[in-house]
Amino acid sequence: MKKLILTTALLALTAGASLAQTVRMGTEGAYPPYNFINDAGEVDGFERELGDKLCEMAQLTCEWVTTDWDGIIPNLQSGNYDTIIAGMSITDERDKVIDFTQNYIPPASSAYMALDAGADVKGGVIAAQTGTIQAGYVAENGATLVEFATPDETVAAVRNGEADAVFADKDYLAPILAESGGQFVWAGEEVQLGGGVGMGLRESDTELKAKFDAGITAMKADGSLNALIKKWFGDAVALF
Amino acid sequence: MFSSCAAPDTLQGLSWLLCYLTTGKHIDFYWSFLTVLTLLAVTAPTALAFGFGGAMMARSQYLALRIIGKGYTAMVRGIPDIVFFLFFVIALDQGIEWFMHQVRCPDWTDPIRNGLEFRVCPEAKVPNNSAAQLWHSVYGFVLAVITFALVFGAFAANVLYGAMQAVPREQLETAEAYGMSHGQVFRRVLVPQMWVFALPGLSNLWMILIKATPLLFLLGVQDIVYWARELGGSKTSAYAYPHPDWRLYYFLFLMVFYLAMTKVSEVVLARVQNRLSLGQATAAGEAQRRAAV
Repeated sequence: MKKLILTTALLALTAGASLAQTVRMGTEGAYPPYNFINDAGEVDGFERELGDKLCEMAQLTCEWVTTDWDGIIPNLQSGNYDTIIAGMSITDERDKVIDFTQNYIPPASSAYMALDAGADVKGGVIAAQTGTIQAGYVAENGATLVEFATPDETVAAVRNGEADAVFADKDYLAPILAESGGQFVWAGEEVQLGGGVGMGLRESDTELKAKFDAGITAMKADGSLNALIKKWFGDAVALF
Repeated sequence: MFSSCAAPDTLQGLSWLLCYLTTGKHIDFYWSFLTVLTLLAVTAPTALAFGFGGAMMARSQYLALRIIGKGYTAMVRGIPDIVFFLFFVIALDQGIEWFMHQVRCPDWTDPIRNGLEFRVCPEAKVPNNSAAQLWHSVYGFVLAVITFALVFGAFAANVLYGAMQAVPREQLETAEAYGMSHGQVFRRVLVPQMWVFALPGLSNLWMILIKATPLLFLLGVQDIVYWARELGGSKTSAYAYPHPDWRLYYFLFLMVFYLAMTKVSEVVLARVQNRLSLGQATAAGEAQRRAAV
């Protein structure tokens, strides 16, 4: 009986296999304004808008999936979704295990945010999200690294005094700093890390990668990508 | 949800809070309680069935069955839950897809394992890529139930095995002396009497199962802990309802929920224990008999 139920369930789950394939877009949903889950419970943000546009240009049906940052690469490799579009910077280490499209956000600064501008960012306790280029940078440069699973927790750690400063993409921290009512300030110097943000794909998915690459090239050429970056990140950021 | 919530920036005080608590995201949060309760409702009987099977095998007169039964309990009980949850689910998922791949795409020539990648033909994906997100969630949930049932089944098997051994030997011998077969003794004498011995152990397991439900998030099911963390985190004005770090309140709410769950369970289990002790040759049964006199 159990076997029967299982078989029926499998059939139901795999029905419609002959239909056009849907591309599943994997994102974190906790990194505004790149990607976040809005109050309606849907994925929203810069990458949602960009991804939908790219899918439309490539005439693909796309479905959005959220996953935790920690497992975002393994889940791509085991086929739970087909792309990573989650503010992921292009780095050599990641490029060894997955493929990236060309960048859709130019190389941007990472910054330290602290409760006071004199915070010791070289030797103090620095919060960063697990598995990010910022976490790697902190670990290599002498400061004590405390890692958290979500970006929000890294900021909370500074607020609670658990860490001296948080190190993350400046574009992520900027709105938090602006709305903190003077509680947070920038500390130390900005650092240039990574080769910009790109979309991650399985190495064997060359065809899909070419489609998205073409879309990004087109959006760079007609200026619509710059307009989209300005819409979500403000005027002060780097453009193509 | 309400029409007055169309412009959240203009709301104040209580009406803001009311609108905030009824956003789509909060509705998802409330539904996730149902997910957890469903998991408990489905997993508990399944785990009990696994446990019963395991205990029966461990007592079997055939060596092969005994080895399977004892091996199952020993192996699963010995592996840390979190390792089991991380490893077994992926193995099960990939095993199913590998099987579907063999059935549906016999002509596929590319390797399935390619470095770190696991890649089956599109027709073999479970659930299919174009299936609605609902089916992906259901599939994740089913994997979760199977994993929970396997883990807790092993503990239940050990409890039930002990309970079966605890039934007084004379009872079984008397039944045999009346000419009952092996199966009849098992069904009519052993099983009805063992529950009273099994219940304390099983109720412990039930409590642990309640507390283990946050492991669901490891399996990719968006459970109450996931939503509490997501909703409680501080929100900038990129969201319609900006607020500072409210995780404390959300987790307090979860604490109340879990405490209430355990309290209700305790009350119910105490009643069941009372009921099962009726007429049993145990201390509790004896106390009941004296009180009734």
